[in-house]
Amino acid sequence: MAVGKEIRTKIKSVKNTQKITRAMEMVAASKMRKAQDRMIASRPYADKMRTVIDHLAHANPEYKHPYMQVRDVKRAGFIIISSDRGLCGGLNSNLFRKAVVTMKEFDEQKIEMRFCTIGTKASGFFKRIGGNISAQTAHLGDTPQLADLIGSVKVMLDAFDNGEIDQLFLVYNDFVNTMTQDPKVEQLLPIEPKEDAQLSHHWDYIYEPEAKIVMTQLLTRYIESLVYQGVVENLACEQAARMVAMKSASDNAGDLINELELIYNKARQAAITQEISEIVGGAAALS
Amino acid sequence: MAMTMHVDIVSAEEAIFSGPAERVFASAVMGEVGILPRHTPFLTQLKPGEVRVITPDGEENFYYVSGGMLEVQPHAVTVLSDTAVRAHDLDEAAAIQAKEEAERALQDKAAEIDYAQAQVELAQAVAQLSAIKRLRGRR
Repeated sequence: MAVGKEIRTKIKSVKNTQKITRAMEMVAASKMRKAQDRMIASRPYADKMRTVIDHLAHANPEYKHPYMQVRDVKRAGFIIISSDRGLCGGLNSNLFRKAVVTMKEFDEQKIEMRFCTIGTKASGFFKRIGGNISAQTAHLGDTPQLADLIGSVKVMLDAFDNGEIDQLFLVYNDFVNTMTQDPKVEQLLPIEPKEDAQLSHHWDYIYEPEAKIVMTQLLTRYIESLVYQGVVENLACEQAARMVAMKSASDNAGDLINELELIYNKARQAAITQEISEIVGGAAALS
Repeated sequence: MAMTMHVDIVSAEEAIFSGPAERVFASAVMGEVGILPRHTPFLTQLKPGEVRVITPDGEENFYYVSGGMLEVQPHAVTVLSDTAVRAHDLDEAAAIQAKEEAERALQDKAAEIDYAQAQVELAQAVAQLSAIKRLRGRR
């Protein structure tokens, strides 16, 4: 029967699409679980780091590190963390929108900006809008490693050391839960001293070999760990967002298939009715 | 009971050890250090090497760290272990690579192809959407 051939092919193609989106949904769900584990595993380091940094802020170091000194902001740096692949709903565009809002404020204050992008989506976007990209890293895969980030972070830290930037921000997605991802702009440098420091207690560390070297290493590790944490968190967000996007795509495909099947059945029925009436009409004409 | 202190050994990718200990030995850049409870605040770099933790029941645990930091407070010791082998030259090389990658990405046309591809996909999606709308309208 030649009825509704186009509709049938269309149904078949939508079904194929649905199969793909459903598979992607399941893959994203399992990857998300792993990414969440990794996110939790990386937290103790950042927490401990923060404790040590807090101790440092409470202590009275004989040496004040540049990373802890606030200076006039003429140029700012951004480390933007995005996903490598699309099909994850509005995750990246929400993040970029947030970044653009912040950038606009800076632009009005005539502050120059430099970017370091992590993930192909960010480098594509910032290249298109004509941003000054000084470093980039991409294709971190599902198991990002700190070692992959060292280079990009160092470029930005060096720029800070040389006075090429006076402030450094990290832009990433914060994983709240599976349904909610919160785009965030966080200041990395300079590290703002906490006001509640207990100044009554005067003490300092013994540094080996030397305060400057030890603190540079510690603060560098601190920034790296924050960036790493952002990357891991962003990965969990990406998988969660993809899972949700793919779920709604599968649902939409299901609705579409139902509708198409209804149309197809109606068309088929109409054809049968027509055929019968033709036969009956033919028989009546003969008798 | 002997005095103890809290010891944490963590790396950026995972927590390695957390618990009470009587003594901790680590190889710092200036030489091997042994830490007992109530040590004065102390901050140092670690060389690649082992960290030995002696727990209150006399057990001796060994951990290998590829460098990192050691922070000592009177009742707490924190080892912030590096996950990768770090050296100034290596870091420098990684930074140069990241910069080069940015420059290459700015020059090559690969991303533009990505953009063009995205446009084609968008056009397809729009066409499909309007087809669906038309189908719905016909019903």
